[in-house]
Amino acid sequence: MSALTHAPLGLGQPPVPASGLRAWLTTVDHKRIGILYMVSALGFFVLGGLEAFLIRLQLARPDSHLISAALFNQLFTMHGLTMIFLAVMPFSIGLINFIVPLQLGARDVAFPRLNAVSYWLFLSGGLILNSSWLLGGAPNAGWYNYAPLDTGGLLNPGPDPRGIDFYVLGLQVAGVGTVLSGVNFVVTILRLRAPGMSPLRMPLFVWTALITSVLIVFAFPPLTANLALLMLDRLFHTGFFDVGRGGMVLLWQQLFWMFGHPEVYILILPAFGAISEIVPVFSRKALFGYPAMVFAIVLIAFLAFMVWSHHMFTVGMGPLINSVFAASSMIIAVPTGVKIFNWVATLAGGRLRLDTPLLYAVGFLFTFVIGGTSGVMLAVPPADFQYSGSYFLVAHIHYVLVGGSLLALLAAIHYWFPKITGRLLDDRRGRWGFWLVFAGLNITFFPMHFLGLFGMPRRIDTYPPNLGFDTLNLISTIGVFVLGAGLLIALANMRRALRHGALAGPDPWDGRTLEWAVASPPPEYNFARIPLVRGRDALWVEKRYGDGHLVPAAGAEEEHAPEGFVHLPSPTPLPLVLAGGVTVLAYAAIYSALLVALAGAGIVVASIFLLMYDRDPGQLVPLAGDAP
Amino acid sequence: MSGAPADLEPRSGPAERTRFGIWLWLASDSALFASLFATYLSLRGATAGGPSGAQLFDLRLTAVATFVLLSSSLVLGLALEALQAGRTAALRAWLGCTALLGLGFVGLQAAEFTSYARRGLTFAHSDFASAFYALVGFHGLHVTFGVLWLGSLLAFTLRRPAVAPRDFWRFEAASLYWYFVDVVWVVIFSVVYLLGKAG
Repeated sequence: MSALTHAPLGLGQPPVPASGLRAWLTTVDHKRIGILYMVSALGFFVLGGLEAFLIRLQLARPDSHLISAALFNQLFTMHGLTMIFLAVMPFSIGLINFIVPLQLGARDVAFPRLNAVSYWLFLSGGLILNSSWLLGGAPNAGWYNYAPLDTGGLLNPGPDPRGIDFYVLGLQVAGVGTVLSGVNFVVTILRLRAPGMSPLRMPLFVWTALITSVLIVFAFPPLTANLALLMLDRLFHTGFFDVGRGGMVLLWQQLFWMFGHPEVYILILPAFGAISEIVPVFSRKALFGYPAMVFAIVLIAFLAFMVWSHHMFTVGMGPLINSVFAASSMIIAVPTGVKIFNWVATLAGGRLRLDTPLLYAVGFLFTFVIGGTSGVMLAVPPADFQYSGSYFLVAHIHYVLVGGSLLALLAAIHYWFPKITGRLLDDRRGRWGFWLVFAGLNITFFPMHFLGLFGMPRRIDTYPPNLGFDTLNLISTIGVFVLGAGLLIALANMRRALRHGALAGPDPWDGRTLEWAVASPPPEYNFARIPLVRGRDALWVEKRYGDGHLVPAAGAEEEHAPEGFVHLPSPTPLPLVLAGGVTVLAYAAIYSALLVALAGAGIVVASIFLLMYDRDPGQLVPLAGDAP
Repeated sequence: MSGAPADLEPRSGPAERTRFGIWLWLASDSALFASLFATYLSLRGATAGGPSGAQLFDLRLTAVATFVLLSSSLVLGLALEALQAGRTAALRAWLGCTALLGLGFVGLQAAEFTSYARRGLTFAHSDFASAFYALVGFHGLHVTFGVLWLGSLLAFTLRRPAVAPRDFWRFEAASLYWYFVDVVWVVIFSVVYLLGKAG
């Protein structure tokens, strides 16, 4: 909404000291916002992990009464929601925030203030959703919240608890923030690339960020509409999803999965991008088949919009529709296979450096292929009638989300941690973390394939003994302890490195892309001079054919700060105020408080217009002495 | 290093960036409207024995509302022309006219909704009613926000003697939004009203 406006020469204000809580609350710097996203996502990840831990404890033994059935419903609902909407997706968005402008050779994203609005909306949505635990019970109808479970009555006899209202409003608020992020990243990537960075010179991580953002822009609206309709059903007693009054339960499912399937690629594409950065650097050779990789991402995104009904094979759409969606779903395996083979071909013949990031990347290749294979199995409608609603599905989704997204994001954390913090992670602790995580996730989730095939339904809170479920469930729960130990070691390693880690220097991995040309952590202005990009793998080109330093692009500066200064947007509390207004509005909707809603709407509209018309003089940040 | 490669791309200014951002936002908004259109088309037969579109819709009233909204787009075009020509007084006048026409449209819609409600088509009466009010009302909210936006631009021009070229993008961004809202109305007029009257 607010672009960085040109200030007349010398009118920028002196920089605001960047420390303390205030600096974080008012920041518009993409690196700080990226860190805020990643730290918040880690916090939610721990919460979602605890929920998973309780679920597995309950299921460890038959006839268990550790947790009530009602609480169990809330736990698996919130576990899915938290991991998808509040952990994996925002962590990817945080990573994109921090890394992509650096890889583009840019000073910030296209709309720095809008970026802050996105973050605060995400955090508000996450807190609204989780506040349900304290305000009468969490949502309990599963993460996709099918009608009629979500309209009350069936699951919630008696006075209708408000859990689903928190689902509706929490996801809506976070979702709006996500759409704004998507718009911001598309404009950033298509408009702020350093001179010389043609599309086919963009790093793969930038490509996946771009395509992910396009998916966000077009996939979230059906969810927004769906949540709005459900809100009307619950607040104004309309009957969009009420069959008894002529409504359609399938309407919810169709709109949900039109969002939900692209969402799967929103979760996995940034992970693909990170793997595509790590594998070449640690193989010490260029990525194999770069154009094919780009084409594969674009094709996956295109197909992502045509497969949603494979989540609904069993609802009775008929053999023709099922066959069409089965075919389109299986076709996705082709571009995905292209990516797998290209990663393997990059590794082949490379001089491998088996540091922790590469270990995670190679682990990802193994587990993601297992998850992809069970995905193709699920895409066969007659077989899906057997798998549907069983633990086989739980095994599949966890192989692609834990074995896929999570392993790749852990690879990305270990790869970019030195850039973000300026400190190196300890490699020995990193390896311990990796092997425990890798072993733990396989011990936890591999038995679930068999549990599903043996007939164990998903989402049951307990099961009778001697059905053939006992041993495998116990193994699965033991796996969670191994997985948890690995994650704790990885977290402890990061905590330790923040204080005691060796200094990383700008380029600890002999990197190939622009972010490794600047200091670690990067200065506020990223690049003292906007670089000229002279080839794919821009930094490697300079190392190979130049003197290893970036060449400044002549005439790339669009504003003319005094010599030795960079002109950057000023911090502002308005994004936080705007998100606060939206939060007030959301709670007012949950509790049907009209006057409070009006107050919230007033705050929202006022802060939007203040943001639009505030003429930011910007701040003049002095260049560091040894700026590249 | 002076020789820039052939594919050197110009870096964009804030105006161009904002215009592009608005286009993306409107693309996203189109998908949102598409979802509501799909909902309406799925549920428009579910009248629960109550009044249907064919019984209620008054095409003359809707035609007047359509005329009001579409002429606001013409007037906004005149405002942009005044902006380019530096005629600030004309810009203010045309902007004010656009906002007033938008307000008139919202007023007509409110009158329309009230008359339907009086004839039994309340919000939760049937799924047809809910889907109709959700889709058309969501568009009405868009017009209302547009009126607020145009009003804020009017206030912006009133606080200075002339609009500097570096602020032109603020008006272009709002106009993109306003034209979009008009185009959506044309689709609503065809799909909801004409098709609804045809039965």
